[in-house]
Amino acid sequence: MIQADLSIILPEIVLAVYAMLALLAAVYTSKDKLGPLLVWSTGGLMVVLAAWIATKASGTHVAFGGMFVDDGFARFAKVAILLSAAAVLVMSQDYMSRRGLLRFEYPLLVALAAVGMMMMVSAGDLMALYMGLELQSLALYVVAALRRDSVKSTEAGLKYFVLGALSSGLLLYGASLVYGFSGTTLFSGIIETAKHGEVTIGLLFGLIFLISGLAFKVSAVPFHMWTPDVYEGSPTPVTAFFATAPKMAAMGLFARVMHDAFGLAVQDWSQVIALLALLSMFLGAVAAIGQRDIKRLMAFSSIAHMGYAMMGLAAGTQFGVQALLVYMAIYVTMNVGTFAFILMMEKDGKPVTDITMLNGYARREPAKALAMLVLLFSLAGVPPMLGFFGKLYVLRAAYDAGLAWLAIAGVIASVIGAFYYLRIVYYMYFGDEGEELDSNNQPILWGFLMASAAVMLLGIINMFGVEGAAAAAAATLVN
Amino acid sequence: MEDMLREYLPILVFLAVAVGLGLVLILAAVVLAVRNPDPEKVSAYECGFNAFDDARMKFDVRFYLVSILFIIFDLEIAFLFPWAVGFKDISDVGFWSMMVFLAVLTIGFAYEWKKGALEWE
Repeated sequence: MIQADLSIILPEIVLAVYAMLALLAAVYTSKDKLGPLLVWSTGGLMVVLAAWIATKASGTHVAFGGMFVDDGFARFAKVAILLSAAAVLVMSQDYMSRRGLLRFEYPLLVALAAVGMMMMVSAGDLMALYMGLELQSLALYVVAALRRDSVKSTEAGLKYFVLGALSSGLLLYGASLVYGFSGTTLFSGIIETAKHGEVTIGLLFGLIFLISGLAFKVSAVPFHMWTPDVYEGSPTPVTAFFATAPKMAAMGLFARVMHDAFGLAVQDWSQVIALLALLSMFLGAVAAIGQRDIKRLMAFSSIAHMGYAMMGLAAGTQFGVQALLVYMAIYVTMNVGTFAFILMMEKDGKPVTDITMLNGYARREPAKALAMLVLLFSLAGVPPMLGFFGKLYVLRAAYDAGLAWLAIAGVIASVIGAFYYLRIVYYMYFGDEGEELDSNNQPILWGFLMASAAVMLLGIINMFGVEGAAAAAAATLVN
Repeated sequence: MEDMLREYLPILVFLAVAVGLGLVLILAAVVLAVRNPDPEKVSAYECGFNAFDDARMKFDVRFYLVSILFIIFDLEIAFLFPWAVGFKDISDVGFWSMMVFLAVLTIGFAYEWKKGALEWE
């Protein structure tokens, strides 16, 4: 029995044991000198695990009496989480080494956060959910404050910690209400209670608190206020990490709780999530207009993108979950490329985040500017790029589920949001000649930028099969 | 639903009494107390001598580290105790679960030791 359980969570065990052993090995030998090596080995292990999970036998497996669920949905999310975490780790190595930030703990904290995220998307129980969420969050608080002699970075870490603790409190309170009114922490048990008649008022309260706590983690308006400050203050590679894997994990967890535990009460949560989606899309679109700092701008951009992803969730259908997964996969790919570009923005070896510094960039670096143009068009959702198809997916899901008003609002918000993406393009191509950024072509960053831009263009042919995988994953979650 | 809420009635009563009593005590002090402040009464007091400095002083961040470490091992005991009490009745899985838990904590302990978190200077 226990052997069967352990074999189901083997990928998580491998990553957790690796992190602990590497921690001991590094602290007893040459410490921070091992940083680059650990970055590469952690990234490599994550890619291997992702390949293993992707090729693992299909079907739904349940471990520990339903607490841990390994189904197509979890596997899809895990592959996306592991690949994006590995990509961001590898991208960060040079940036952090040159600034003396590459402590050996960094890759191991990212690995432990990834274990937490894998746990989150596989949670089949309120306690497993909380454990995964905390394992992820605690590791992320520390990496946010990695540059500990900088006021901004420590501020980012502290803000993230305090607000994260608040959101955990909300979530825990919701979970305790749900437990109190359904008598079980298992999602499969909670859905049974909803099956017998109406959702009671207590269960509904618990549901709302759970949604609030999760909305904090995906930074949906009105629970978004930590995002810009944390994105701005954290070292750029850490920001890149925040914008990719944890978002995928939190969205996966959101979809899992809603469908696995409250799948029979769709009309109760659909309207709440639709409202969160609407507010996120508009705030993300409007608030980013005034931003000159590209990291803050990406924070608002990610808020807006979470709004679109939640539109798929608000639909409450199988197609909605499929749209959510496709959207998140595209979003993560776009963000990896965009942050590869941001990591290359330097002047005299110092990182630069002001977008006006990109004036005339296209004349000096035509290839990189073109790749960034493709990514920005894709982020804005301009038709020939993959980002457009992601948006089309969620809009169709919302429309099919009778949320036409939300779909129309989404289109309007995306038009407003296009302004600030296009402004960067304007600076790069038509801006006055100003101060020059260093021409910095680190092969790894350059490769990720070009690969990501190429995916945005080539993906429109068949989306590299992500569509079919997402459909299969959604089918295991919603039935 | 109704029955369930009724079970929680004592807690509601308790909360009402607690909040009410707290408010009464605070308000009573405001209303009834005699206030006659003079410089000696409102200044900081230390037993036997004049106050050295302000009561709001900085203290070393290492105290914080020590207290965090204390909480971790305190919680370890909180988990170990019921495990030890029920030792006769738990299965092999229960035994090995605790061993894994202790191993993880030991790894953390070895890390912090080697990292120098336990050295004061």
